[in-house]
Order: sequence, then structure tokens, then C-alpha cells
Amino acid sequence: MIQVEHMNKTFKVAKRSAGFSQAIKALFQRETETIRALSDISFSIGDGEMVGYIGPNGAGKSSTIKILSGILTPDDGTCIINGRIPWKERKEHVKDIGVVFGQRTQLWWDVPIIDSYELLRDIYEIPTQTYEENLEELTELLSLKELLKTPARQLSLGQRMRCEIAASLLHSPKTLFLDEPTIGLDAVSKLAVRDFIRKQNKKHNTTVLITTHDMQDIEALADRVLLIGKGTLLFDGSLPDLMTHQPRENATLDEIIAALYRDYDI
Amino acid sequence: MKKYASFFRIRFIHGLQYRTAAVSGMITQFIWGIMEILLFRAFYQASPESFPMTFQALSNYVWLQQAFLALYLIWFWESQLFDSITNGDVAYELCRPVRLYNMWFVRGMAVRLSKAVLRCIPVLLFAWLLPAPYGLTLPADFRTWFFTLLSMTLAFLLVIAFGMIVYMSVFYTISSQGIKLLASSVSEFLGGAVIPLPFLPDGIREIVNVLPFASAQNVPFRIFGGDLTGREMYISLLLQCFWFITFLLIGRAMEQRALKRVVIQGG
Repeated sequence: MIQVEHMNKTFKVAKRSAGFSQAIKALFQRETETIRALSDISFSIGDGEMVGYIGPNGAGKSSTIKILSGILTPDDGTCIINGRIPWKERKEHVKDIGVVFGQRTQLWWDVPIIDSYELLRDIYEIPTQTYEENLEELTELLSLKELLKTPARQLSLGQRMRCEIAASLLHSPKTLFLDEPTIGLDAVSKLAVRDFIRKQNKKHNTTVLITTHDMQDIEALADRVLLIGKGTLLFDGSLPDLMTHQPRENATLDEIIAALYRDYDI
Repeated sequence: MKKYASFFRIRFIHGLQYRTAAVSGMITQFIWGIMEILLFRAFYQASPESFPMTFQALSNYVWLQQAFLALYLIWFWESQLFDSITNGDVAYELCRPVRLYNMWFVRGMAVRLSKAVLRCIPVLLFAWLLPAPYGLTLPADFRTWFFTLLSMTLAFLLVIAFGMIVYMSVFYTISSQGIKLLASSVSEFLGGAVIPLPFLPDGIREIVNVLPFASAQNVPFRIFGGDLTGREMYISLLLQCFWFITFLLIGRAMEQRALKRVVIQGG
């Protein structure tokens, strides 16, 4: 259960125009601009729901994920996940969640994947039997068998991403945050990852929050869509509801979303 | 505790795999040690009476320094840690049910120890075989051994705790260039890595001796060579404890504060 109410987050961003004289000026007078990354965000996600979180670049998706995973503190507002406030009880909270940041890696790049997994087992204090079962299941579903003995640095992006997803699920988290998990994947890997996330949700009733720019991810996975733009939550509803914003007949999903972004002026 | 032990193991094993680096490091240390001893020999021959420690104690100091370089050299930075803060990969480490400070502290221990065990034995053996007073002379009594080991451990922890302050500072400054350069050069000189601290002139030496960096390699190596004994030795040991705890507290406070207001870089 994820409950977010009236959450705000602002960042200070240093700004200056291009050019030498501007750079000199910035030495003496630093211009900063306050960006409202999130303003008054409220939503609630029930157990076992699969929710897509979409919005244009810089809308505040990643900031939300970071707050939900307890590594960023919002300015105000409340957020309760499985009865805990993420940034206040970080260590307890993270035991229950799995996070995949599509653009980063959690695998130790110079050791074989299996070593990283065993380290995670000890870090999360996963009982041996649970670990073995999870590993077996993940290896099979994500076809990792050949990859486990290879160091992370020698894997391709798609192979690595499959290993990353498995790494985030070893401790059987109740909640899964996926921040662009299909970025840069080929068609086969994408399908495999989507298929896997669906199965995981069915079998373990895992709550999934996924951010992505790939509308097919949303189509394949999300029962519900949250649309965020310029830090505000603009839409919360099912995918078919979202589809009613058709700019013209037979518009593709991407076109619908683009039209939606235009309509909301984000 | 098991999680930290396991983390230590993976980093330690990983550190052992760089054989070429170990061999070339060892060769550098042999040559460096020989050069340094030859240099001091020239000074010693010119005026032995103005030499602040016996030549034998000096040789011991130089060889221990070369053998345990990986343990005490401040500038063995781990660029991966700096990078992870600068580019935001630290996000993943914060998603683990462990304290970042402890995790990185253990990592620092593992990395340094794995480097040191590979290199110290050949250097020590070689130095032990050299004729006196150029080689390593082993202390006769058990007490000296005991205090050397105790002091080495304290110095080791101190060096890592200092490194942690530098790593944590990057949460605030983003770029690690300046602090790395400053910390490296200041600590080298004040720690006795360039010349042993007894060689510093009166007046300056007394001040440097109470500064934190004097509590690193300076203490154990001088205890081993018999240059630091009795009351002075106990004071040095206490100072080591004091500075270690101070660095530990500063580093942990910096971590706590950083994580409260941290901005994980990148989307």
C-alpha cells in the first residue's frame, strides 16, 4: 500500500547563459532558479496494483521514485508505504522494496553476477532456502543461466538489465519500483522483461510502479496510469480512459500521449 | 555483522586479483626504499650527531613504510566512490538496508588490506635479509611487537576514517579534485610519509606531533624501531585513539547530514 499526500519537492538549479563574460559574471553573482520538481502530488496505490507513471522529460518521475525509495526527502507532504515513512525509516523500508534504475547499475562491475547476488543475499539477510528458490525462478524466467558466471562489465545492455531486475527481486520485495527498466533493450529482451514483470505480479501479488517513455510498456503492463507534467499530477485513471484523448482516428499510442502532453501544455 | 563480513570478502578477493599491479608496486617499493636509505646514509655520514634517530631505527621506518604503503598512504583513493556520488550511482547503495558509512568503511579496509598482504611479505623478507644497519632489525621483546601491532591497527583505522571524511565531503562539493589534492599533500607531509617526523625542526615538530596525521604511520613504525618508548609511546597511542574517534564521529555526522539533504545527481 502506497499513500502519497500533498507532496512537494523543490530543487535549486544554477543557471547561466553561454559565453565567457557570463561565466565571469557567474563568479560573483550566482543565479539560481528554484524548480518545483513536484507540487502537491497525491495518489494511492493498493497492494498488487500495476501502475504506469508517465510524463515528459523532467516532469518529476524520477524524483518521485527516489522519494518513494527513501533516498530523497520531500519538502513537505506525507508518504506512507507499507506503514512506514521511507526517508525516516530507510533501512527497514528498503528491505521491502526492490528498485531498478534503468540508467544505473547495482551489479559490481568487475565480479561475476553470481557473486553480486550472493553479496545481496547477505546484505538483505535472505534465508538460504528463499534465496535458492528465488534465484532458480529468476534464472529460469529471465534466462540468466549463461550469464551468472560472467562479470557485469562483459554483458550487453539487455543482458545486464535482466540481471539487474533479478538482483532487485532476490529478497522477494512486496513493492517494485522500475525507473525506465526497458531503456535500450532489444525487442526480445523487452518482451521477456514485460512478460516477467506481469508474471511476478500475478504470482506474488507484487505492487509495481513503472516509469517509462515506451508506451508499449504501459500498454503491456499497467492497469492504471498516472500522468505527471511540470511536477503536477494531471491524470489518474485507466489506460482506456487515457485513450479517449485521441487526436484523430487510429492514432498510435505515442501520438495520443504527445497530443495529451500538448493539451495539458506540458 | 555477516553482511559486512561478506562485503569485506568480495572486495578483498577482488583486490587480490591484480597481480601485475602488485608486482610492479613491489618493485617500486624496493627501489624507493633502497634510494631513501642511501640518501639518509649520506646525511648520516656527514654529521651523525645531528641525526634525530638511530640509523637502524630509520631503516626500520623506511622498510615498514614501503611494505605497508597500501595501508597508510592517504592518496590511495577509490575513484569509484567519488564517481558514484558525482554521477548518482550511489542511489543504489542507499536502497540497501545497510548504513552507507559502515559499508564504505569496510570496503576501504578490504581494499587496503588486500593490496597490502600481497606486497608486504616480499618487501619485509628482502629488508630482513639486508645487512644491518640497512635492513630490518626485529625487536627482541614481546612488548614492542604487541604495541607495534596495536598501533598499526589504530593507524589503519584512522587512515580509513580520514578517507571517509574526504568521500563524504564530495556530497557537498560535487567535485573531488580540490579536496583530494589538498588532503593528499598535507597528510603526506604531516604524516611523515616524506621524511620521518623526528627530522622536523624543533618548534614545528611539537605541533605536528599532536596533529592527527602524526597518529598514522609515524607511531607504529617508530615503536617498532625502538625510537618511541615509555611514556611518550603511551601518549601517542592515546592520541591515536582520540583522533580515530574524532574522525569517525565527524565522518558519520557528515554522512547523516548529507543524506538528509542529499541530491542524487541525474535522472
